[in-house]
Amino acid sequence: MNEPLLTLTNVEKHFPQSNGFLKPAAAPVRAVNGISFSIAEGETTALVGESGCGKSTAAKLITSAITPSAGKITLRTRDGNILDVGSLRGRARKALWRDVQLIFQDPFSSLNPRMTVKQIIAEPLRNFDIAHGQEATDLVADLMDRVGLQPGTMSRYPHAFSGGQRQRIGIARALAVKPRLVVGDEPVSALDVSVAAQILNLFQSLKKDLGLTYLLITHDLSVVRHSADRVAVMYLGNIVEENTTAALFKSPRHPYTQALLSAVPSQDNQDKPRIVLTGEVASARNIPTGCPFHPRCAYATDVCRLTAPTFEQLPTGGRVACHTPLEFMP
Amino acid sequence: MSNALSHESAALKAYAEASGWRLGWAKFRRHKLAVVSLYIVGLLYLLAIFAEFFSPYDYSDINRRHVLAPPQAVYVVDASGQFTWPHVRALKGQRDPVTRRLNYIEDPENTFPVRLFAPSKPYKMWGFIPLETRFIGVSTPNRQASIFLLGTDSLGRDVLSRIFHGARISLSIGLVGVALSFVIGIILGGMSGYFGGWVDTIVQRTIDLLQSLPTIPLWMGLAAAVPPGQDPLVTYFMITVILSIIGWTGIARVVRGRFLALREEDFVLAARFSGASEMRIILRHMVPSFASHIIASLTLSIPEMILAETALSFLGLGLQPPAVSWGVLLKDAQSLQVISQAPWLLVPGLAVVITVLAFNFLGDGLRDASDPYGKV
Ligand SMILES: Nc1ncnc2c1ncn2[C@@H]1O[C@H](COP(=O)(O)OP(=O)(O)OP(=O)(O)O)[C@@H](O)[C@H]1O
Ligand code: SF4
Ligand SMILES: [Mg+2]
Repeated sequence: MNEPLLTLTNVEKHFPQSNGFLKPAAAPVRAVNGISFSIAEGETTALVGESGCGKSTAAKLITSAITPSAGKITLRTRDGNILDVGSLRGRARKALWRDVQLIFQDPFSSLNPRMTVKQIIAEPLRNFDIAHGQEATDLVADLMDRVGLQPGTMSRYPHAFSGGQRQRIGIARALAVKPRLVVGDEPVSALDVSVAAQILNLFQSLKKDLGLTYLLITHDLSVVRHSADRVAVMYLGNIVEENTTAALFKSPRHPYTQALLSAVPSQDNQDKPRIVLTGEVASARNIPTGCPFHPRCAYATDVCRLTAPTFEQLPTGGRVACHTPLEFMP
Repeated sequence: MSNALSHESAALKAYAEASGWRLGWAKFRRHKLAVVSLYIVGLLYLLAIFAEFFSPYDYSDINRRHVLAPPQAVYVVDASGQFTWPHVRALKGQRDPVTRRLNYIEDPENTFPVRLFAPSKPYKMWGFIPLETRFIGVSTPNRQASIFLLGTDSLGRDVLSRIFHGARISLSIGLVGVALSFVIGIILGGMSGYFGGWVDTIVQRTIDLLQSLPTIPLWMGLAAAVPPGQDPLVTYFMITVILSIIGWTGIARVVRGRFLALREEDFVLAARFSGASEMRIILRHMVPSFASHIIASLTLSIPEMILAETALSFLGLGLQPPAVSWGVLLKDAQSLQVISQAPWLLVPGLAVVITVLAFNFLGDGLRDASDPYGKV
């Protein structure tokens, strides 16, 4: 593959904390604390981590809903130019949303209850001047058909649809602009297991038909296994390990990845004990010194408490940030 | 996935295609008290708009033969116990030999049938449409014939007719005041919520300040500054301005609150990703979601305005006679003596109570209905 579609370089997002009038400013929330990774065109990359590790913040940064405090996010445009996503304003920012779209976690709050499905899906068609009138209606029908909704229901309001159907409406809206990169922020975590599986299958078939590139954000590694090509594991605003899905599942090298994997039911780990992380879940308001994972790591040493580990390239093609990575298991 | 579209019942389809307004209306209708209040409010405004027609008399007609006459009853049974056409009995004045007071007693021998759409002296509806028919009246052209369903005041003017005319000012001052508050409130509240930062701080602190002032003394102070003896229309407008000085604050708070809450909603971010301009996000995506909340809170602030006008006029700081409003009418019932001799002069107070309650129930119903997607 040539140039990646999207590249993040040392991206940070700190939210300043104000304690209110005339009180000393508190330390900022370091939601995203210097992450780097890239997404190749046509691949599905998964970003995995527990609640509060900064996944949604990363999604908002990539979709230019918020701007980074530091670092660089670049997107390769259709004509091969490199776009600095973090500095976009106004029209240029609006133009980005023809290439990059987000699918929300909550299928309820992400659809305007006072608009019909047709109005919701036609909104990008209208605003980006893609189609109007009857042409737009026909496109809406096509999109609904594509995501498995009955076009005959387009004059209904969201309240008449189930969670899974609503998520399909959100997907149709995102696809309306023919984006190249689709970011899904926990797109199935609000759904029942069987409905979630259907939606994941829909993602797969859409990817094949439309040549989409996905960034799939989730806290659940079991979602990742069959849908992602690569996985990046995030902990407290940092990426701690990154590899192909096969290599990462087979032989996790970071203790945190190992713990996450042990919670996923599968044939390979039936006999292995589940690793239960102890210690308090640290918050982005107060990130530990050294390796951010050290208070909960079973392998932590004095070095870990003092110095942050840097990335080590793995022979399998991935990288890991740990002073003493776990054994490679072929 | 509903594969059986054609088999779905019409009711289900209607529900699926029901807009927020339709769902809200359905929710509102379950609120019986609010529905009844809606009818009452509608009736009150109807009476106020067509006051000349619904009044049996001109509100300023002086009737020296019937000063402080008590309310006349409508009878459906005559002196011999037979059912008859509804009628009223003539009032006979009798001076009390001890107190020298004029008392009125009803004469069962001298009755006048009540008529709907009764002919009357010519009068002008809204000051320019000549009419000679009133909704209710007594038909006999007789000097003794009278129909004072709520009695008369110390100049012999019909209290019912005066209440209907007073409703015009009292009910419209609520609407005009709320309209004015609404304009100020939506602009300042919208700016506060939209821009945030120092604009928000200034607007919010101003609201805090205005809301911390005791309202009645503030109104009194401002009303006292309105020069007396002006055209009643000018006074009327000044009073609405005074009421709106406080009135906008509540509405601004609601607008700002909804703005801040909605700005964080995923569907607003989704609209942005759908390429909607800032203006379109506000007008197309946010306003429809809070319009119903604003209507509800506007409805709830109308009775406050009505009460305030009544209080000011009652204290002599609002409208002055010959203008009639419910507050002006209640001023006639200020002394204990009047109340003991002519308690019917307090009936305008009852009109105020009914109106305020009806608006409050209506506003409560609208508030519940304003979020049709919430938990039922
Ligand atoms: N606008 C903001 N202002 C202040 N702090 C924020 C803001 N947005 C997020 N945070 C904080 O940043 C951290 C990361 O939040 P984020 O929503 O990105 O996490 P997440 O991984 O998506 O979690 P979840 O699984 O709960 O969605 C959290 O501690 C959160 O409280
Ligand atoms: S660096 Fe140390 S504390 Fe951090 S994960 Fe590796 S072993 Fe654990
Ligand atoms: Mg999140």
